[in-house]
Amino acid sequence: MQFILSFLAACPGAISQGILWGILGIGVFLTYKVLDYADMTVDGSLCTGGAVSAVLITAGMDPLLTLIFATLAGMAAGAVTGLLHTKLHIPAILSGILTQLALYSVNMRIMGRANTALLGQETIITLLNVPHAILIGGVFAVAIIAVLYWFFGTEVGCAIRATGNNDHMARAQGVNTDNMKLFGLVISNGLVGLAGALLSQYQGFADVQMGRGAIVIGLASVIIGEVVVGKQANFSLRMTSIILGAVIYYIIIALVLQAGLNTNDLKLFSAATVALALALPTLKKTIAGK
Amino acid sequence: MNNMLEINGLQKTFNKGTINQKLAIENLSLTFKEGDFVTVIGGNGAGKSTLLNLIAGVYPADAGQVILDGKDISKMPEHKRACLLGRVFQDPMMGTAAGMGIEENLAMAYRRGKGRGLKWGISSRERAKYREKLQALDLGLEGRLSTKVGLLSGGQRQALTLLMATLQKPRLLLLDEHTAALDPRTAAKVLELSDHIIAKHGLTAMMVTHNMRDAIEHGNRLIMMHEGNIALDIAGEAKKKLTVEELIARFSQASGQEFANDRALLS
Repeated sequence: MQFILSFLAACPGAISQGILWGILGIGVFLTYKVLDYADMTVDGSLCTGGAVSAVLITAGMDPLLTLIFATLAGMAAGAVTGLLHTKLHIPAILSGILTQLALYSVNMRIMGRANTALLGQETIITLLNVPHAILIGGVFAVAIIAVLYWFFGTEVGCAIRATGNNDHMARAQGVNTDNMKLFGLVISNGLVGLAGALLSQYQGFADVQMGRGAIVIGLASVIIGEVVVGKQANFSLRMTSIILGAVIYYIIIALVLQAGLNTNDLKLFSAATVALALALPTLKKTIAGK
Repeated sequence: MNNMLEINGLQKTFNKGTINQKLAIENLSLTFKEGDFVTVIGGNGAGKSTLLNLIAGVYPADAGQVILDGKDISKMPEHKRACLLGRVFQDPMMGTAAGMGIEENLAMAYRRGKGRGLKWGISSRERAKYREKLQALDLGLEGRLSTKVGLLSGGQRQALTLLMATLQKPRLLLLDEHTAALDPRTAAKVLELSDHIIAKHGLTAMMVTHNMRDAIEHGNRLIMMHEGNIALDIAGEAKKKLTVEELIARFSQASGQEFANDRALLS
């Protein structure tokens, strides 16, 4: 009984956190699923967004306005990865890893130290008011999904999707696939930067470590979402499912923490969960083959 | 009539400077008149696909010029040349985006060579047009506009790719063994469709095939390639009277070798 009660008490926090990480999840979806590009930049750009927002808030800027700069900073990070890949022909994963590593120094430079606290600062969301955070986070999520649904239905959006789907076809139809990849990475990391800004405001600080393993949480959200609505669902439903996937992920985390999992073991748990989910199609085949 | 395609001194070597060095195209020159439908045949490794890929800009040539409709496209990247070309590949998976709907694929092709902006990707006016074009294919695709292309058969995908390649009239249609991966009945149907579309729009076209009979029966000119160059070039009346036996004999005479392509001999 005690267990259930404390789990239920943890649920609202899991939901608000899930919504914010879900925005990062949508960013990961855009690269991993739409562009077919495993982008490791996010581990760095999440923190970049958070750091930019936190530093600007402490400098006296309106917290809502800082989101724009955080998004732009994330976009710049995505552009670096995109240029490394398309212009210098560095393999996709390595481009992201290089940017991610470089961003560690950049993030330290932005903050001047390993973290920036937002104690006593006004922020648009805070974990001290979870229902409000869920509402605001939800509004952001809905707005982002609406804008992306529109964008990926436009001519340029279609060209980006075609590039991820079959770049031979896209080039044969006159699409500059390099530009589309670059574009996709910029949009994705812009979203990730925005998610980082919202997260740092929510938790009341930005930390240089806050992005570590972000890609795994993003992937987990995408995969859980896919299990919920299926691969054939339409584009807006798929994006919605990622927010849902992230919420489910954080509820599971709350559950295992209540069950006594050491917080230090969380990343191992997350990695193992995602590895299992990614391996599922192969495992299914192996079992069916016997 | 004007020259639609002019190739001068085209040269391509793969893996230059390694032990795998392979001369693929050697000092090749070629001219197509507007409305020419040229079939290209040749043994394995003769350079047929390389020639097509050099025209399409999949990789750059080491030397030489490709002039299409009076415009030197030698230095243009693949996606820019695509605005002038229509392409159908050997692999039915390659010409279409499997995860996108039939209408979305067509809409991509419809915008080839035009700017892509923030307008909605497909207009309702286009849809009616696509339905009409699909109806003409007679494959029952006109009622399945939003079906993902990944759910179609290889033949359906090739027919769709052909439609996409010609939705905007290309200066040159490149068919790279586009029926080779299909079963004989479907292959015949796609080939018939190709003939029909080329004739209807008066297209200039180049069709690589490994099937001698197809090469003889289609088009107004036949080119046989050997070791990166043109060994035979037969057009007009002479081509109409050509037989498979004669073609093999003339090839041996021209190249001093037996025609070595198992696939071609068997089919």
